[in-house]
Amino acid sequence: MYNFTFHRPTTVRQAAGLLARNPEAKLLAGGHSLLPVMKQRLAQPSALIDLSLVEGLSGVELKGRSVVIGAMSRHADVAASPVLAEHLPALASVPGAVGDPQVRNRGTIGGSVANNDPNADYPAAVLGLGATIITNKRRIAADDFFTGMFSTALEEGEIIVRVAFPIAKKAAYEKFKHPASGFALVGVFVSKRGPEIRVAVTGAGANGVFRVKSFEEALKKRFAAKSLEGLSIPATGMNADIHASAEYRAHLVGVLARRAVAKATA
Amino acid sequence: MSATGIGAAVRRKEDFRFITGKGQYTDDVVRPGETRAVFVRSPHAHAKIKNIDAGEARKMPGVVAVLTGADLAGDKIGNLICGWMIHSKDGSPMKMAPHPALAADTVNHVGDAVAVVIAETLAAARDAAEKVKVDYEVLPAVVDPAKAKSGPQIHDVAPKNTIYEWSLGDAKAAEAAFAAAKHVTRLDIVNNRLVPNAVEPRAALAEYDAGTDQLTLWNTSQNPHVARLVIAAFVGMAPEHKLRVIAPDVGGGFGSKIFIYPEEVVCLWAARKIRRPVKWASERTEAFVTDAHGRDHVTHAELALDAQGKILALRAKTIANLGAYMSTFSSSVPTYLYATLLSGQYDIPQIYCEVDAVYTNTVPVDAYRGAGRPEATFVVERLVEVAAREMGIEPAELRRRNFIKSFPHQTPVIMAYDAGDYNASLKKAMELADVKGFNKRKREAARHGKIRGLGYSTYIEACGIAPSQAVGSLGCGVGLWESAEVRVNPTGSVEVLTGTHAHGQGHETTFAQLVSERLGIPFENVSIVHGDTDKVQFGMGTYGSRSGAVGMSAIVKALDKIEAKAKKVAAHMLEAAEGDIEFKDGKFTVAGTDKSAAFGDVALNAYIAHKFAGQELEPGLKETSFYDPTNFTFPAGCHICEVEIDAETGKTEIVNWTAVDDFGTVVNPMIVEGQVHGGIAQGVGQALLEGAVYNDDGQLVTGSLMDYTMPRAHDLPSFRVETTETKSPSNPLGIKGCGEAGAIAAPAAVINAITDAIGTENIAMPATANTVWSAMRRSPARQAAE
Ligand SMILES: Cc1cc2nc3c(=O)[nH]c(=O)nc-3n(C[C@H](O)[C@H](O)[C@H](O)COP(=O)(O)OP(=O)(O)OC[C@H]3O[C@@H](n4cnc5c(N)ncnc54)[C@H](O)[C@@H]3O)c2cc1C
Repeated sequence: MYNFTFHRPTTVRQAAGLLARNPEAKLLAGGHSLLPVMKQRLAQPSALIDLSLVEGLSGVELKGRSVVIGAMSRHADVAASPVLAEHLPALASVPGAVGDPQVRNRGTIGGSVANNDPNADYPAAVLGLGATIITNKRRIAADDFFTGMFSTALEEGEIIVRVAFPIAKKAAYEKFKHPASGFALVGVFVSKRGPEIRVAVTGAGANGVFRVKSFEEALKKRFAAKSLEGLSIPATGMNADIHASAEYRAHLVGVLARRAVAKATA
Repeated sequence: MSATGIGAAVRRKEDFRFITGKGQYTDDVVRPGETRAVFVRSPHAHAKIKNIDAGEARKMPGVVAVLTGADLAGDKIGNLICGWMIHSKDGSPMKMAPHPALAADTVNHVGDAVAVVIAETLAAARDAAEKVKVDYEVLPAVVDPAKAKSGPQIHDVAPKNTIYEWSLGDAKAAEAAFAAAKHVTRLDIVNNRLVPNAVEPRAALAEYDAGTDQLTLWNTSQNPHVARLVIAAFVGMAPEHKLRVIAPDVGGGFGSKIFIYPEEVVCLWAARKIRRPVKWASERTEAFVTDAHGRDHVTHAELALDAQGKILALRAKTIANLGAYMSTFSSSVPTYLYATLLSGQYDIPQIYCEVDAVYTNTVPVDAYRGAGRPEATFVVERLVEVAAREMGIEPAELRRRNFIKSFPHQTPVIMAYDAGDYNASLKKAMELADVKGFNKRKREAARHGKIRGLGYSTYIEACGIAPSQAVGSLGCGVGLWESAEVRVNPTGSVEVLTGTHAHGQGHETTFAQLVSERLGIPFENVSIVHGDTDKVQFGMGTYGSRSGAVGMSAIVKALDKIEAKAKKVAAHMLEAAEGDIEFKDGKFTVAGTDKSAAFGDVALNAYIAHKFAGQELEPGLKETSFYDPTNFTFPAGCHICEVEIDAETGKTEIVNWTAVDDFGTVVNPMIVEGQVHGGIAQGVGQALLEGAVYNDDGQLVTGSLMDYTMPRAHDLPSFRVETTETKSPSNPLGIKGCGEAGAIAAPAAVINAITDAIGTENIAMPATANTVWSAMRRSPARQAAE
């Protein structure tokens, strides 16, 4: 790590002000993506703006037909949320599948979504449910938010404060874990909310999380695992590394999508 | 058996301090005025060092010194060595290239150290290390052992990057046996490269006392005396009596801490130069590119059988990757620790093995848990399993037909097995694993989209390393006996000094069990001292499952002498003839009388010496012994692995694991079971998860735990671990050793199970989900079905 100054604002406004004054500064949420790269001296922010004392940034609340999750809500708390257990258990299973207990007790939804790691779990749920990212400046639809590996629609100085997830009647997440890191080698989130069907894939795509329109079309006829039988996606555009070939990742997308739909309709 | 004697599952004494954070590891030792060292390492696999500019680094705040390979050479610090001479088939000696602790002219692997920065704090040293400017001329690299001979030349002394071309056995006789064979099984095998990853990364702390000209090194070593010997006699750092090496608590080694590494040499040299203590502690990322790796063999193997499935001969041709430099014992691993075990548990009349050891631009490769024997077992157990399948004979039956049944048995590859009952462990394992019920379980699994497979591994290993004359005749530079000193205090408590070293094995418990039983004194009254060259006179350390078989035997020998001496003291006390004194349960008795003296009283009398004349009998009660075993020991057993493979994803789950091992005498069944668990976990790691991958540029792609998969608890089932027992005739306690068995047995059991499930033999380790899925798509069984 290199030296940096450490700020602990108590309001979003203060945090935004600090960000504006320190262009080389970074927000610090759970630190489980940011601190490892700082320790390896791959990132060198001039200042860290810790969000942990900012009031009102955590908690899971039911608001009409949506569940709203504060940006600083830890993975473990979201996974254990009674609100989600009642209204949207599929969403609770997403942070529940993240890493290990240490990571789940520190990592946050805001940090995960802002970071947009191509193998992270939350992006699949955000896109797979058509959530809305609420920042200190505006509301961003999931379909517009993720713009590629480690890249989002967030602008300089923009802070995620909440994420609002519409409640879907049927939804499920299936994850095939990366054997070493525990991230998603491939993860598929499916949902059906009225006529809207979404199939979102993380881990597989070379450009990060994406929707599988062909699967969504097939599921529109009937939301059942059978509707996906024989369907696959091409290996082009898939990630390939020592852990999985592009063909294998494409294959897993099909398998996990079928399993997720089966789970959602069970 | 007493509650704390041999055979009792005594709780480990050492665990209290470990689990309460009271352990003292090298990095916990702090010396006054201590400085911190950070190494500047090569980012290239192969490059010429054109220039090192440390000017800016030296001016950084807190920097005490920046030293380079040129400085090291200037001070005439010698190279690191490999201590086991291997000769090629043509009689020429192995080609050992110079291995300076800091590279001066060329770097030969990513992580090769070129300079060291010493500063007041770790942070200051790190900051300054980034400012050392090294000008490299990058050279082409080679990482694949199979391509090494045609790759870019690495060391001048080794044309075609070849260290030796060695062979064992009778090529002509094997050839003849193959010609007469009814069936020949052929396999191409890659034994994947592994990164050890002990929980405590390596560390070194060196201190120089200018008043006495004495150097002290605290380090993470499995064998501090050997470290001292090499650093004194070969590196030439200081005379042996002016160098003290202390290996305090050490958090795991698995072989990787046997070796003498550049960092400890540099810390010693630097500490004397700057006249202040110098500490280095490896980070995990650094460990990946500096700790000696394991395995990395490419082998073509063949098995010849007659029509009844009787094995006639085995042949293997192996290329062993030794990495960029020859590590301390690297040469012995793919030769005398490998080819000598190619007979497995079988009566094989002819065996011939060729091994070519090569340099590549990778981290040096040396012994890793099992060292050579996992590689041998994998070759033998894969061949036997595949031969059985090809010939339509039950794999267990083919094994039975070929088991060695009478002992001693001389194999064609040096080893003389002295005791064992291979049928017994196979039979017991098959019962425990319910092999009979397997087909039913397989059908049941198929209903849920899962493919079950069952795999055997009836392994053997040579442990109790080793008879000194025998290893000497094979090129080993040292003797492999062990020493012990038993010091009885005047109050009857006992300290045992041993030349072995515990870094997870529980010697403080098991060795105390031996002493407690033998002297009839409370277990709590015994303490075990190890890991300090100033306390223990000499010792060869811990590896090769030798501490029980060799180390405890030395203690037995010293205890024999203690008893003999104590009897003399008791005779004077009890006014009886020495020959009439009996010793039992901690009491000396005059035979046929009720006159007796407790062990503690005798100890006291030995020291106060009031009852005998010092001219007649020396006061005191302290004895030393050096024990040299008469043979290796041969632990063996049967592991059965049952897997379930997800037909859609190829993911393998181990659903049952049965291990029946013959370790001879078991001193502490709880500790032995723990050793087996850990060994299996490492073997499963090799089979399913672990694999060091270098890209063609020589970058270690699996350079962190985010990419290199270590086995975790959830990757493993609950193990069924049992033992059978034939005692080793080669040491007084009948111990064979248990530390490496799991890692040796497991990979073949897993791969045999997977290949049984999917019906194709061609599968590489680690058998990741992707690998198995691809193999299933190629599977002939599947192609036939489609
Ligand atoms: C060993 C390990 C295993 C892991 N396994 C998984 C896994 O299986 N699945 C998974 O999804 N993730 C995994 N993670 C990542 C983990 O979930 C991270 O915690 C998460 O991705 C980032 O959240 P954080 O709160 O830690 O963010 P931080 O690390 O604090 O921040 C990450 C980035 O987001 C920015 N940021 C943080 N909060 C906000 C905000 N409110 N508004 C705008 N920008 C913000 C920060 O400035 C920074 O750039 C793993 C991490 C580790 C270390």
